[in-house]
Amino acid sequence: MKIKGFAHVYQRDDINTDEIIPARYLNMDKEKDLALHAMEDLDKEFLKRVKRGDFVIAKDNFGCGSSREHAIWALRGSGIRAVIANSFARIFYRNAINNGFLAIECKDIADKVSKGDELEIDVSNGMIKNLSKNEEYSFTPLPEFAIELMDAGGLINYIKKK
Amino acid sequence: MSGMTITEKILARHCGKEKIVPGELINAKIDIIMCHDITTTPAIDMLEKAGIDRVFDPSKIVVIPDHFVPNKDIQSAEMVNRIRKWAKKHGINNFYDIGRHGVCHAILPEQGHIVPGMTIIAGDSHTCTHGALGAFATGVGSTDIAAALAAGELWFKVPETIKFQVDGKLASGVYSKDIILAIIRDTGVDGALYKAMEFTGSTISDLSVEARMTITNMAIEAGGKSGIIEPDKKTEEYVKARTDKEYSVVRSDKDAGYLDIKKYDASKFEPIVAFPNLPSNGKNINEIKEDIRIDQAYLGSCTNGRIEDLRIAALIMKGNKVKKGTRMIVVPATTDIWKQANKEGLLDIFMEAEATVSTPTCGACLGGHMGILAKGERCISSTNRNFVGRMGHPESEVYLASPATVAASAIEGKIADPRGYLK
Repeated sequence: MKIKGFAHVYQRDDINTDEIIPARYLNMDKEKDLALHAMEDLDKEFLKRVKRGDFVIAKDNFGCGSSREHAIWALRGSGIRAVIANSFARIFYRNAINNGFLAIECKDIADKVSKGDELEIDVSNGMIKNLSKNEEYSFTPLPEFAIELMDAGGLINYIKKK
Repeated sequence: MSGMTITEKILARHCGKEKIVPGELINAKIDIIMCHDITTTPAIDMLEKAGIDRVFDPSKIVVIPDHFVPNKDIQSAEMVNRIRKWAKKHGINNFYDIGRHGVCHAILPEQGHIVPGMTIIAGDSHTCTHGALGAFATGVGSTDIAAALAAGELWFKVPETIKFQVDGKLASGVYSKDIILAIIRDTGVDGALYKAMEFTGSTISDLSVEARMTITNMAIEAGGKSGIIEPDKKTEEYVKARTDKEYSVVRSDKDAGYLDIKKYDASKFEPIVAFPNLPSNGKNINEIKEDIRIDQAYLGSCTNGRIEDLRIAALIMKGNKVKKGTRMIVVPATTDIWKQANKEGLLDIFMEAEATVSTPTCGACLGGHMGILAKGERCISSTNRNFVGRMGHPESEVYLASPATVAASAIEGKIADPRGYLK
């Protein structure tokens, strides 16, 4: 599977779930409603720039803090197809796998990619092509179990089939 | 073959294996699923969409709406109402509605739902609290909750364990909150990413079970998957006073494998304040040279809203007043704590000091309601996170500290050392 999109780069560690979707919006749980506030406390311009299929790029410990899956839904609802970071907080990563949402661990990606670069992610082969810079970066392939879940259409369908 | 840690042993028992090793993917049976108001309705939606109209075992599900209760607006009222109806339909009797309400991680152990050796999950990152009773407890998302509600089990990657050995006597005015803020300052907010954090040593043994909960509660703030403390006599007394559930105590083997062992001398710890915007940003109170004026002091939450916390704060507040221009909000974590504090006259002490006492709720800890901060305001808080906008406006600030430091700061209207009030 190959997917193309544009990069929104944050030179930041520890982007937390309160920044991705502030708790004041947790009285809602629908993707389309949450999407209207994605990244609101981090980047007021995010929603103006983001286009369907784009990627968020960051440094270490992306998604730390709360267990709210709303963070995944807000990002996905806003159009984001994948987050590529040096590392992820545990619950965010788990929620991504369970939702079939791409959370890709790629070393020092935020130092390599510039805002607006066009990237092509080859999910199966663990490669990212930077089409704007004509560079390639390899990443840790997704765990087999994560791919199984994605193929099944998420955790609920997976256990239903079992 | 080396031995196993307490965490590995509990997980092994719950997946029917003699031996498991870190990194292994397992399906573990779940003993308690706790559902609160924010993360449960999406799980109910998922189950309905998948056509699954059952739960695996209603007696193992505990429902505690706490984040936005008493309902803060129409949307939260609708959410809680939906959960209420869902629980009734599926025969879930462990439902803590208004009148028995409180912060989920304070209610679960208080009401005897947790015993040593259990596995507990909840759609809340501070689920790691329950490791204080020698159980494996971890926060998960709504999809996990839905899956576990249906199947009674869930996938886990067995975590590596880091041991935090804390020995020595705490000085007066220094509490378990200061211990965990010191550990997080040392490890960083991702220093224990994906790991089980096992806390041990004479200082931990000397702490009450409630004070231990403050430590395991904040394991997630170091990135941990879980925090755990081996059960001892105090744990067993605490548990037996609350439930007659059977359990067996699990301990780490002497030859268990640890990723790392970190040692701390607790006698050197001082009151710590974690500055914005990370819990790892702790400074010893002595190092704070400038006056940091505060608009609000907040005492409550799953971290520090228990009776011992209220007692310490009341001891400091007694005969004093909250500084003019500063607001103090006290939120007992559960209904039983509220009643006990009332009986002991603690609530009177707070009200006489011109603080206010709220009904139990997660409230302003996560910027929900009952004490939201305006632009530019500062709050010293006994809670667990000081991220951007955590308690209100993105340009407000949260400083994390122990209940004693919060109380002293409320009196002085600026961040203050509690030790002067304890002589």
